[in-house]
Amino acid sequence: MALLSKKDTGLLLDPLADNNPITIQVLGICSALAITAQLKASIVMAVSVMFVLAVGNVVISLMRNIIPSKIRIIVQLVVVAALVIIVDQVLKAFAYELSKTLSVFVGLIITNCIIMGRFEAFALGNGPYRSFLDGIGNAAGYGLILIIVGFFRELLGSGTLLGFKVLGDPIAKTGLYAIGYENNGFMLLSPMALIVVGIIIWVQRSRNSALIEEN
Amino acid sequence: MANTDKNSYTLIFAVVMVLVVGALLAFTASSLKPRITENERFEKQQNILYAMGVNENVEGAVNFIPTNKVEAEFSKYIKEQLVIQNGEVKKDSSAYLINLKGELSKDISERKLPLFVGEKERKDYYIIPLYGKGLWDAIWGFVALDSEYVVQGVYFDHKGETPGLGANIKERYFMDDFTGEEIMNGTEYGGITVAKGNNDPLNERKNDGKVDAIAGATITGNGVTAMINSTVKLYIPYLKDIKL
Repeated sequence: MALLSKKDTGLLLDPLADNNPITIQVLGICSALAITAQLKASIVMAVSVMFVLAVGNVVISLMRNIIPSKIRIIVQLVVVAALVIIVDQVLKAFAYELSKTLSVFVGLIITNCIIMGRFEAFALGNGPYRSFLDGIGNAAGYGLILIIVGFFRELLGSGTLLGFKVLGDPIAKTGLYAIGYENNGFMLLSPMALIVVGIIIWVQRSRNSALIEEN
Repeated sequence: MANTDKNSYTLIFAVVMVLVVGALLAFTASSLKPRITENERFEKQQNILYAMGVNENVEGAVNFIPTNKVEAEFSKYIKEQLVIQNGEVKKDSSAYLINLKGELSKDISERKLPLFVGEKERKDYYIIPLYGKGLWDAIWGFVALDSEYVVQGVYFDHKGETPGLGANIKERYFMDDFTGEEIMNGTEYGGITVAKGNNDPLNERKNDGKVDAIAGATITGNGVTAMINSTVKLYIPYLKDIKL
């Protein structure tokens, strides 16, 4: 017996590829540009968004029958903002070091359009369990792209991965740098994140032509 | 199920939601406040000690004195805490709790400037707090000088600089470059400039008052320059008298 029904598995796995929030739904581009200069920041952001999206989806889903439709966007905003602030405060009290790393992301999480997008498109019309799976799946799809972009930007821009000098030392001229390799400082700037995301979209659509929209 | 489209329902829902969420946030914030204040206090002590080189750094990474030891270490290494106000220098054992941001916005006659005198291995350190603005939000830190106005160590922190770019001002490779730089240009106050151009990537020239900037973080770097120059300058007239 499978742990998840076929439909539930789809909720978890579709956003990783054929219904990816960034490359297909084109949500969350702004944060994908802002914080992917380093792999570590990408991973932290991916984990934070996964937590907020999964819990927020469940909360919105539980409230879906009592939320007045006229003010539903405000309700969604309040839920996600309250959630993020509570997590931030608890971390500040019990895991101060971690909270310092995360504090930069708090604003980015609240304004992340993936979160509002999934509340609006899924949690308002589905039960809590499936909303939870949808949250995990979409955050994983988002995080996957973030990590891919972060990987290439940090590797080509700084020559490091998670802070480790994988290509050698650019100042002491060891490793690749000994034969004249230079870091591409342009990779550290936001426009390159857009180009990397563009390349991912291109690769994905050329492998699966069903994803190409018709005019 | 009640009609959720009615205006009265919408209004009641909004009011109840605001009350519930407001109460929840207020409760969380006030019940966690003592712990958060305590953590912030320890962090200040850790930062001050870090600037004068009292830390547990291992290769490449920033490691503070652990929070359970920091209070004892702080009273061991920091032999005097001073407050400069209106031209007078007084001792004040809680000077490290002074909020520099608030003081800098005050009138000069009311402004209290904290200064810490540390001693490590029979050498005196004068630790000056810094406050300024980066690209997105506040940046702050501490700089430790010796009696010859040579930088012995710095610590920088920020509220919301871009991860991977401006946020790297709190990384070792940036902060370590400041050590050994001279803050005086002859007899004049020169400050330290975070300079672009990569003309000295290994930072071998220590007397030029320049450190190598971070690529892609020009505005944050300029903020660091401005912060050091404007804040340290306020202390220079007093350092001569304070030095024993």
